[in-house]
Amino acid sequence: MCVLRELYGAGVEKLRIEHNSFTTPSNKKLEIVTISSNYHIEVNPSDVGIHDRVVVQEMIKNVAQVNQLDTSSQKDFKVVVLTEVDRLSRDAQHALRRTMEKYMATCRLILVCNSTSKVIPAIRSRCLGIRVAAPSQEEIAQILHNVCKKEGLNLPSELAKRIAEKSQGNLRRAILMCEACRVQQYPFSADQQVSDPDWELFLRETATMIVQEQSPRRLLEVRGRLYELLTHCIPPDVVMRGLLQELLSNCDGVLKPEVVQSAAHFEHRLQCGQKAIYHLEAFVARFMAIYKRFLEEGIADLF
Amino acid sequence: MEAFLKGSTASSQTKKASAPLASTSKKDNKDVQQSPKHIPWVEKYRPRTVEDVAHQDEVVAVLRKILTGSDLPNLLFYGPPGTGKTSTILAAARSLFGHDLYRSRVLELNASDERGINVIREKVKSFAQFTASNTRPDGKPCPPYKIVILDEADSMTSAAQAALRRTMEKETKTTRFCLICNYVSRIIEPITSRCAKFRFKPLAETVMSERLKHICKEEKVQIVESALETLMHVSDGDMRRAVMYLQSASRLCGQDEPVTENIIMDITGVMPDEMLDLVLKTCHSDSYEKLDLVVKQIIREGYAASQVLSQLHDRVVNMEDITDRQKSAICEKMGEVDKCLTDGADEYLQMIALFSVIMQQLCHGE
Ligand SMILES: Nc1ncnc2c1ncn2[C@@H]1O[C@H](COP(=O)(O)OP(=O)(O)O)[C@@H](O)[C@H]1O
Ligand SMILES: [Mg+2]
Repeated sequence: MCVLRELYGAGVEKLRIEHNSFTTPSNKKLEIVTISSNYHIEVNPSDVGIHDRVVVQEMIKNVAQVNQLDTSSQKDFKVVVLTEVDRLSRDAQHALRRTMEKYMATCRLILVCNSTSKVIPAIRSRCLGIRVAAPSQEEIAQILHNVCKKEGLNLPSELAKRIAEKSQGNLRRAILMCEACRVQQYPFSADQQVSDPDWELFLRETATMIVQEQSPRRLLEVRGRLYELLTHCIPPDVVMRGLLQELLSNCDGVLKPEVVQSAAHFEHRLQCGQKAIYHLEAFVARFMAIYKRFLEEGIADLF
Repeated sequence: MEAFLKGSTASSQTKKASAPLASTSKKDNKDVQQSPKHIPWVEKYRPRTVEDVAHQDEVVAVLRKILTGSDLPNLLFYGPPGTGKTSTILAAARSLFGHDLYRSRVLELNASDERGINVIREKVKSFAQFTASNTRPDGKPCPPYKIVILDEADSMTSAAQAALRRTMEKETKTTRFCLICNYVSRIIEPITSRCAKFRFKPLAETVMSERLKHICKEEKVQIVESALETLMHVSDGDMRRAVMYLQSASRLCGQDEPVTENIIMDITGVMPDEMLDLVLKTCHSDSYEKLDLVVKQIIREGYAASQVLSQLHDRVVNMEDITDRQKSAICEKMGEVDKCLTDGADEYLQMIALFSVIMQQLCHGE
């Protein structure tokens, strides 16, 4: 956003939210929300799932073929911002390749993603990659101070530091946590509790349940809880990472290599497959098996 | 943050870093004549004629013959990105038909166009139907056929490819096809066997450095020798990437400063050696807590797992204090991780799985 402002001046801040619709070759209607100004358009094509290719193709062509009207004062190209490119399907990424080159004169793309590993090399070679590192804890604390000052709040630096530590370098999370603290108690006190989001607590409990008992009945209960997480739109890879972390801190060192490998294995399967729950459940079952075997061997060794 | 938003007149370092396009200052905008400045170098220095294409001697030799009048077979170009495939065929087509005829004689379809079976059947067919004469409007001779360029053909479905095969057969009299792809194995056999295949090699370092130096001279950019070397090393024979990096690096440093190695490292997202050392040290520690922290740090810093993987691979292969058997165990896991990453698996999990194998090998192997 800052970059765009730099390019086009204040005009880009006149935003419109639009619902665009596209028709797939199979005549299915797609709706997608875009945020745009006269100069740019921002869209998250992965919102439409497997039909993202159509959106990418149509959108860029539409934008690129309309020349900038007011060329005297502005740059003579428009900007398309595509977010979450790493969730874009292969098909859609391929569709971007030549388009990017062809319409270079009238339309530039800014692609935003968490990691370039999932972006095909052909696209990476066409872009200038800008690695945006997460802010350091000091930076986060500083930003929290600034935010609070603007809100007319008084934030003890001790608390700011603790929030920053818990935020895992994620600024959005830090600000949300700060807001939650504000709701919890104001004026802030330096030693007040900084609570994790509910779902993390829930996940932690789930992990404890897995370690406590290994049985088909427990597996069923765990499955129910995992399902609940997924229906609350917690992405399955986040669930898997969280589970692994909790389980690792709860199990013996000898088991860790195997547990780590199986988490990576099932998460990979999860990405290739359709239903996340199967793979999460499979991981839990595998963990239970590993853990139980370990306990039984331990008991056997005792005698 | 607010100050950053308001300070729109000064072009500070960070802004330049984040958008090379943004670095032309407000003053330039008023000057309409500046617009050529906005052409990225990759386009500006795209080879205009077949002779300009560097390092791909076979293709150039064949195309040179065709330009002087011999018949054109169906072509299949394959090779890694940024090696001149698209440029070559476009340049060839342009010199065959000249500017005026180009539109009516050349059909370019790429992955951004709809290329289902129907399109192949209808569009290509109707394009190919009419016979072409062998003179240009200006009286010069030109070949009596049309060219269909199917760029990025590896993203076509095999059904569409099968349809294409039929069309290729039927229209041999009037039309030549040129397919371009990265992986020749994604093209069905009946098509590959109907084409003259040309592999585009990654550009050799000498060739690249020559062209890069040429660009530097044209654009009045100074670059230190070591930076040029790093640049070539990271771009791995991909000319487009090298030019891209060069342009952004030159924007990042001021008018009279030379481009240095550090700047190149910074924009290319290569992990610094210290970070790699840290990873390996942690793998020696036999502690999962530390491993977890390192992986999180890598992700926070924004380094891509694929990048980590390739750098780590170079390191491991050259390590002297472990046995070949250990190396092979680690490399096997690396292969698996690479596959999983391309399938879209989670970076954190894959990295920790890899590091855990390395840790096992270093601490408990042998
Ligand atoms: N053999 C080459 N000689 C000179 N420049 C090249 C060569 N290969 C690639 N380039 C540069 O890289 C850019 C992209 O090349 P392109 O032909 O589009 O690659 P691709 O093989 O991916 O189609 C060109 O604009 C040109 O600047
Ligand atoms: Mg190409």
